[in-house]
Amino acid sequence: MLNIKNLHAELEEDTEVKILHGVDLDVKAGEVHAIMGPNGSGKSTLGYVLSGRDGYEVTEGSATLDGVDLLDMEPEERAAAGLFLAFQYPVEIPGVGNMTFMRTAVNAQRKARGQEELSAGDFLKLVRARAKDLKIDAEMLKRPVNVGFSGGEKKRNEILQMALLEPKMCVLDETDSGLDVDAMKLVSDGVNALRDEGRAFLVITHYQRLLNHIKPDVVHIMSQGRIIRSGGPELAMEVEEQGYGDILEAV
Amino acid sequence: MVFPRQKLLAQKREAAEARLAPLALPAGGKWITTAREDAKARLSAMGLPVRRDEYWKYTDPASLVQAEAPAAALFDDSDESEVFDTLDPLKIVFVDGVFDPEASDDLAMEGVEIALLSEAAKADLHWARDLYGALEADGQSPVERPLAIFNTAFAAEGVLIRATGQAARKISLIYRRRDAGADVLLHHVVKVEAGAEVTVLEHGPAGARFNQVMEVDVADGATLHHVRAQGRDHERRTAAHLFARMGERSVFKSFTLTANGAMVRNEAVIWLNGKGGVAHIAGATVGEGAFHHDDTVFITHAAPDCESRQVFKKVLRHGAVGVFQGKILVKQPAQLTDGYQISQALLLDENAQFLAKPELEIYADDVKCSHGSTSGEIDPVSLFYLRARGIPEDQAKLLLVLAFLAEALDEIEDPDLADDLRPRIETWLRRRSG
Ligand SMILES: Nc1ncnc2c1ncn2[C@@H]1O[C@H](COP(=O)(O)OP(=O)(O)OP(=O)(O)O)[C@@H](O)[C@H]1O
Ligand SMILES: [Mg+2]
Repeated sequence: MLNIKNLHAELEEDTEVKILHGVDLDVKAGEVHAIMGPNGSGKSTLGYVLSGRDGYEVTEGSATLDGVDLLDMEPEERAAAGLFLAFQYPVEIPGVGNMTFMRTAVNAQRKARGQEELSAGDFLKLVRARAKDLKIDAEMLKRPVNVGFSGGEKKRNEILQMALLEPKMCVLDETDSGLDVDAMKLVSDGVNALRDEGRAFLVITHYQRLLNHIKPDVVHIMSQGRIIRSGGPELAMEVEEQGYGDILEAV
Repeated sequence: MVFPRQKLLAQKREAAEARLAPLALPAGGKWITTAREDAKARLSAMGLPVRRDEYWKYTDPASLVQAEAPAAALFDDSDESEVFDTLDPLKIVFVDGVFDPEASDDLAMEGVEIALLSEAAKADLHWARDLYGALEADGQSPVERPLAIFNTAFAAEGVLIRATGQAARKISLIYRRRDAGADVLLHHVVKVEAGAEVTVLEHGPAGARFNQVMEVDVADGATLHHVRAQGRDHERRTAAHLFARMGERSVFKSFTLTANGAMVRNEAVIWLNGKGGVAHIAGATVGEGAFHHDDTVFITHAAPDCESRQVFKKVLRHGAVGVFQGKILVKQPAQLTDGYQISQALLLDENAQFLAKPELEIYADDVKCSHGSTSGEIDPVSLFYLRARGIPEDQAKLLLVLAFLAEALDEIEDPDLADDLRPRIETWLRRRSG
């Protein structure tokens, strides 16, 4: 589904800052891949480059979603093509209601795919059902996007958006950080509920604990802008117990 | 080099003399004629504004002062329903500044007396006589506002409103245009008696050039809501003055929506003279190209325990210029004053400009006053977040522009009024986007 080949990226405004140094990744439909790696190794940058954030220049390599070149598209086109990034730091947008935001997003994607837009009533029903699963109360839906939300609430709000948009390829950037034990369970249940043959996940995390809830098929270690090792779930155990020292040295 | 004061005054008086020479005062009864003659004399002594005036540093008064109103193409707004119409207000319609009795409702309503300025001399409207030109004259110090004096002298028409109880309906002043060159002067007086409450709405461009004064007296415990939409005509020019004197525990809330216009100067002068008064003044502005919009506000806290709020937001692009001059003066007796002022501009490209001069002058020791002024572009991080969820760039920008304006629109207390204006702004912006 997601195919990344030799992806190189640097900062647009300072081309001396090279962040991705040849990332290779192949995530198949139905799979869950985890990416772990030290701070600053380029995990979030990978998510941003895939989703089309300004400020990065891809100098080499490719990234395709179901064979379609992602890097050539506007961010909204990538989203409509089925890519979703749950942000490490969800953005607060004062003045834009959470409901308005989500309905606009859902309908924009439906429109882009040639589907009929959802009515206000149908959308409300859909949101209420999904929000309930994630224990997001009505009050949070009424507030401006992420404004005044706690760290954990913001992360749950990301998962709510994912549940509404039903993307094919979900990239979750440290969705577990800032979550208490119960919230982690809620969020994991939310993700697991979406696991499906036609959908894949790329889960960026620092902690093995999340991977107890969301069982990965493959675990990758990223360092200095490259995937330096890949393995099964046991690789996450190894990191948890021993840190990155030996793994980084081995390369 | 400092321009000598005397020389400046001579220049201003000369300008006034030239402007006044060909003009005759409108015909009227005794009291109004006295007020007009007094205004004319005051104007001769003060002179007309010139660019060198400190108060006109950011806005060139020339086109507001010159003898001929520059022609302004008529704007076809038949694509939208009449502003405020769904609220079933009592309508008072002016076409090119002339009262239109056919299009207007009967000027009669429970709880309110309404008269036309042109007819006022016939009746004994002592309350109007006491106010006409009086608040405007009070408003000439510490800062001169000669265009308002000009209005007091030469406005032949206007509405005199006196609320004595709870007004049964809102009053809507509607300013239509027919002539591309009409130079319009209107002078309104609104008196809200103790405990009474009324809402005065205004909408429309009024003329190619519009000089307007509204004098407002809000007595003890009275409430006045004021919401206006200044029309969509691109080339029109407006100089509006609002003078409001407020009694104890009185409430005055004013909101102005401006879209387009070559030149708009909205001045507001508010005196909180009684304990516990509340004055809110807000504005939302969207403009592009040859668009110059100036909000100039002067709020005087003269009594303790009063609250004032100024919230002004402007969205500007393609060379548009926004100006904000806002002052809060807290006099010595005005302890426990709560004063808030914010002015912000969203600049959609590098060609737009925002000039702000926020001022606080405080003589009481126990007060809470804050002011802030910012200008910036659309936040790229927010924009990316919206786009990453599949919202196309134009639509995402529109959401962020509306979000920016929301804080000003939230100042409109009556949700029906806010609901009338909000979708219009969205439609206008959507049409302009790209
Ligand atoms: N816009 C930017 N400006 C400057 N440096 C940047 C920018 N974006 C990323 N970097 C740098 O690139 C490197 C990779 O950052 P990135 O956020 O991708 O790391 P990460 O693996 O997600 O780290 P963490 O685990 O702390 O979230 C870091 O050194 C970071 O400082
Ligand atoms: Mg990161």
